[in-house]
Amino acid sequence: MTETILALRPAIAVFISMAAAGVILVIGDRVTANRREAVTIFAALIKAVCVFSMIPRVLTGEEPMVCLMEIADGICLSFRADSAGMVFACTASGLWILTSVYSMGYMRGHGEKNQTGYYAAFAMCLSAATGICFASNLFTFFIFYEILTVATYPLVVHYRDQKGKSAGRKYLLYTLVSGQLFFAGMVFVYVSCGTLEFEPGGFIGESMSNDQAALAFFLLILGGMVKAGVMPLHSWLPAAMVAPTPVSALLHAVAVVKAGAFCVIRLVGYTFGPDLCENCGAADLLACFAAVTILLASLIAMRKDNLKARLAFSTVGQLSYILLGVSILTPESMAGALYHIVAHAFLKITLFMCAGAIFVTAHKSKVSDMRGIGRKMPLTMAVFTAASLGISGLPFMAGFVSKMSIMEGAAEKGEIFFILTLAASALLSLTYLLPVGYAAFAGKKVNPEFASADFSLTGEADLTMLIPLIATACISVALGIMPDLGVHFMELAQNAAAAVFGEV
Amino acid sequence: MSENLPALIVFSPFFAALLCPFFHLVSKELGRWTAVLFTAASLVLSIYQLVLIVKRGEISYWVGNWMPPYGIEFAVDSLSAVVLILICIMGVLTMIYGMPFLNRDSRRTNAGYYSALALLVSGLLGTTATGDVFNLYVFLEITSLSGYVLIAMGEGRGNISAFRYLLMGTVGVSFFLLGVAFIYGETGTLNMVDMAGLVGPILSSGTTMLAMVFILLGFGIKMALFPLHGWQPEAHTNAHPGADPIIAGLMVKIPAYVMIKFFYYVFDANRSQVEQLIVLIGIMGSAGVVYGSLKAMQQKDVRRMLAYSSIGQIGYIAIGIAVGNFYGLIGAVLHLINHSIMKSGLFFASGALKYRYGIVDLGKIGQIYRRMPKTMAVMVISALSMIGIPPTAGFFSKWYLALGAAEDGAYVYIALIVVSSLLNAVYFFRFFEFLFMEKETEKTERHPKQRGELPWQMLLPLIFCGLAVLLLGVFNPVFVEVLSSVIMEVTG
Repeated sequence: MTETILALRPAIAVFISMAAAGVILVIGDRVTANRREAVTIFAALIKAVCVFSMIPRVLTGEEPMVCLMEIADGICLSFRADSAGMVFACTASGLWILTSVYSMGYMRGHGEKNQTGYYAAFAMCLSAATGICFASNLFTFFIFYEILTVATYPLVVHYRDQKGKSAGRKYLLYTLVSGQLFFAGMVFVYVSCGTLEFEPGGFIGESMSNDQAALAFFLLILGGMVKAGVMPLHSWLPAAMVAPTPVSALLHAVAVVKAGAFCVIRLVGYTFGPDLCENCGAADLLACFAAVTILLASLIAMRKDNLKARLAFSTVGQLSYILLGVSILTPESMAGALYHIVAHAFLKITLFMCAGAIFVTAHKSKVSDMRGIGRKMPLTMAVFTAASLGISGLPFMAGFVSKMSIMEGAAEKGEIFFILTLAASALLSLTYLLPVGYAAFAGKKVNPEFASADFSLTGEADLTMLIPLIATACISVALGIMPDLGVHFMELAQNAAAAVFGEV
Repeated sequence: MSENLPALIVFSPFFAALLCPFFHLVSKELGRWTAVLFTAASLVLSIYQLVLIVKRGEISYWVGNWMPPYGIEFAVDSLSAVVLILICIMGVLTMIYGMPFLNRDSRRTNAGYYSALALLVSGLLGTTATGDVFNLYVFLEITSLSGYVLIAMGEGRGNISAFRYLLMGTVGVSFFLLGVAFIYGETGTLNMVDMAGLVGPILSSGTTMLAMVFILLGFGIKMALFPLHGWQPEAHTNAHPGADPIIAGLMVKIPAYVMIKFFYYVFDANRSQVEQLIVLIGIMGSAGVVYGSLKAMQQKDVRRMLAYSSIGQIGYIAIGIAVGNFYGLIGAVLHLINHSIMKSGLFFASGALKYRYGIVDLGKIGQIYRRMPKTMAVMVISALSMIGIPPTAGFFSKWYLALGAAEDGAYVYIALIVVSSLLNAVYFFRFFEFLFMEKETEKTERHPKQRGELPWQMLLPLIFCGLAVLLLGVFNPVFVEVLSSVIMEVTG
């Protein structure tokens, strides 16, 4: 009995939150809010336990695999916990616990409606994200990718007003179109190769000519690029900021966009393989789009007064770090890209949680209104400033580790332009994030509302929001000092990259 | 005993239809449940029949033990067996579903309704099971006539819609009969298996070509294949809401199944003359896919939106027929089954809306999921399936269709499948927007004494279809397994 449960852990991790979503939907309106949230927390804990407990085995190179059933003629619905998947899964499941606690504070502090639907959709999204992490073939991957699209829609349109409606439509337009193109690409790959199982280093090999591979790559990668917010397919992301901040925090800074980046990793590393990507020109094109996105997004972020919009464009830029790392096609840059999934997740979620805390406690959403807010919420703003430094890649924070790795990979290939891009964007991130922290603690032109506050903790955000954001900030620092702390993220990332490039 | 199964299955609801009016003289309940019980008996027998066929192979039944070419044969293989089960299930569910609608009607109306419904089921079963082309005409007519009655029983424009359907349907069936007559003249037999053997040498003759075209036209009208679909939107919108699920969900599918039977099993699809016609079917289907989705986007009436949506979905089946390889036909057959369940589920739900609040307009469904959560849950799942979101059933039939098209190099069809999924997404998410984001409107509760969301007679079919959409999706390899030998006979 224990043997079966242990063997089924990848599947349990995926389906526990799906079950939770169902339970929440059915009983949510009939029980107290605390009992309903307990379902979420319970499922999140089980998922985290399942995922984290597989780390030792994955580190030794074993990949727990579960083939649940034949889902289509000749194709299995199967889950495999490999190193790359574990990096994303640990991040997502760990952050779900923290964001759920944060959600409770936010949703209740804000008196939000439709909370049952919110928590149910959230649980479903996490199920889909975990499914994406552990999918062992392209078909299973697609199933959960589309489930993610459908499950995030209710969260984007949470407020059900006109803005929510148009944000939702935009979101669907981008994600469904790219999803269908992904479907077409998947059909081509299956017909050419007869299999869809992910292999480190790619499984397509010789089955497709360079031209066919280029076409299939184009169709498939659009799915990843849309969700990862690569320009020019990024505009759904700022539009989706109309959603409540916990949604932005987890989904659009962590789950959805990381799923897009992960999709690119699976396609480049495990479907087409580095060699084929290089030969058919796909990697170069991807790198160009990524570099342009990094620079443009940082520039646009500087001009945004709405804090969430600024963070949204920051996300767009940061995600393309991951894509750049992947498309440079070296083991170091791939490892850096995978690690950036973790680093950016923790840092960006900290920033979003601060933004949400500010919104609920001080009711401010524009940076220009936030001068002097550090007097009222010193802890929150201190954390915000620290995380801003981390995003820019300051040493001793998690962002530095991943950036260095990607730069190493770029240097190995002699790609000076990319090194300069990464350096430039670090400076640009400082330009659009530090002013917020500076303004918060400014002495002059203070917003009259905050002039009377005196840097004490009495005006601070609610503990349910404060503790998660401090936690994620501390983890970011810890991971910056010791990248392999606890979960051995760096080792997992490096193992995955080594497997992809065939240097076991 | 097993040789008699086809006849028992087909004629059981027929007897019910004959007994119904008499039993209604005693009580409504007796009359209705007679119909349900006889159809349920057919269901049990058809499941048993499938098990037998999987173990031992085809079952043939000769009426009165007269052998072909003079006798009528019922020939059931695994494909027909699955379709027979589908018809029985939908028959039983629809009969049960309609009961609350007819509680306030007279015993005579009930008698007429249930007789017609039982005849419809019997006709559909006969159409599927028969191996004789003239017998096929007879059962097609039985189906059509009972269909006309059930459509005419709808409120409002039911009569006119039924009359329009009657005109077009009769034209269609007459075309079919003409085609049959020509083929009979050429081959001298009415038995499908015989015909398949004899038709080879004469395929290039003008008469046979004309016969095939007439048969195509006939079935095209009956299955609402673009541009022969004119009767369908009105008919499906205005039919009696109790019977609409089987009319909209199933009645147009069986002619599609028979089309597969004719063009692949009777006429050899590998011959160029037949191939040309099959390509034509593909073109008509493709046009229907686009037309149906575009028109559906403009509709304000839920039922009319669903009706136009069906034209598009029948187009998918036509595309599968046109592609014609293993995955193409599997996709067509799976979609036939899946869409019946999906569409019936959607019509069960929209009928429920009409039952409780008299709502048919999209503008009035705001927030109604709070009062009718199960109904709307089924509607959401079925809608997602129509769009093709995995792991619902609709996704998997599209997958097989696309695979078939890719193997054949028919990339146009893949593009069509992709585009139409997106168009479907437009009007179904529009529906979601109306449902979840519009404000609640004034509603009159039509059945104030109703405890809970709906009477169990309506909830049962709803929940069955909702679950089936998911289960048919996840367990589709089982169907592929069962059907593969039959399909491989003609695709190699």
